[in-house]
Amino acid sequence: MASHSHHADEFEQTGNIPKAQTKVIWKTFFILCALTAVEFAFAFMMDAGTLRNAIFIGLTLVKAFYIVGEFMHLKHETKGLIWAVLVPTVLLVWLLVALLVEGTFYGESVFNYFN
Amino acid sequence: MSQTTTFEQPNTGTWDGGNEPFKASYGKLMMWFFLLSDAFTFGAFLTTYGLARHRHQAYEGTPEAFTFSTEWWPIPEKVFNAFPFFHGVDWPLAFVALMTMILILSSVTMVLAVEAGHRMDKNDVQKWLLWTILFGGMFLGCQAWEWTHFIAGTDEGMKLADGSVIHGANLIVNQYGPPLFADLFFFITGFHGTHVLSGVVLLIMIFINTVNGVYHRRGHYEMVEKVGLYWHFVDLVWVFVFTFFYLV
Repeated sequence: MASHSHHADEFEQTGNIPKAQTKVIWKTFFILCALTAVEFAFAFMMDAGTLRNAIFIGLTLVKAFYIVGEFMHLKHETKGLIWAVLVPTVLLVWLLVALLVEGTFYGESVFNYFN
Repeated sequence: MSQTTTFEQPNTGTWDGGNEPFKASYGKLMMWFFLLSDAFTFGAFLTTYGLARHRHQAYEGTPEAFTFSTEWWPIPEKVFNAFPFFHGVDWPLAFVALMTMILILSSVTMVLAVEAGHRMDKNDVQKWLLWTILFGGMFLGCQAWEWTHFIAGTDEGMKLADGSVIHGANLIVNQYGPPLFADLFFFITGFHGTHVLSGVVLLIMIFINTVNGVYHRRGHYEMVEKVGLYWHFVDLVWVFVFTFFYLV
């Protein structure tokens, strides 16, 4: 917000609408499209397996970085806000991995008990 | 942020509400924290999917020989391989990829609307909001088609041991594999679709306000920014659903 306020100031002082600055936006769009195309290509050119899944998850995180950083503008907010969003998210990912690993173990234990 | 329409003198002290934490307005901060809580909900859904998938056998033959069976979890690209007007043609994941592109494009037009708002360019805000509403509506239309196809099923269906054939899926029977697969498809994409629908409603509301000049008189287009944050989050969730439901 702060980085854009001079636009609004210019409008208030002169009544002129400044020119649009859209270069970064379109660049981000092309990066996101290219990454989706790469994912799509990997889905066909590579056999399913742990490595392919790792590539998918890695590319997804890169896409998430661009969406949150550029589109949601988080990259340009204060450090405090970045951490306030990032830290709970990292803890959430930890929770999800823990639930999957422990839940799988627990599920198997119960299943084997009744077998 | 400009405060031109504030008539009372604002408090200026640090401890009496005079400053904005993180240099972001109250509304934007609360939108961030709401989205964080929403991420927990979707995280729970995807965890459930992971567990349910692991509890079922994985298909072990070659992809070419794959058939639908309740014995194993289906390969997503064998389930989602249809495209509108190309009946019976095998185009794995093509339609989902198209939906992803539409949603990313709607995110771009949303960002352009926010950018126009910073410049107080009412016409541009209207234009880009309309494009965003259009792409959002297109995405919902695609999802409606995909659901219809998923529920109606394929021509072949799934042969049961007693010789009968089931077509399509609902919450109880599922031609593509274990019933849980269909349940999770409905819940995860349905919950995301509800978010998109809410987003389109919000977009229409702020579009009407923009046309009426509400934000122009207010002196800023922050409401467009807040709805924009929500809209990008919906796009972000789809990126994850695309990976964990369709690709992996």
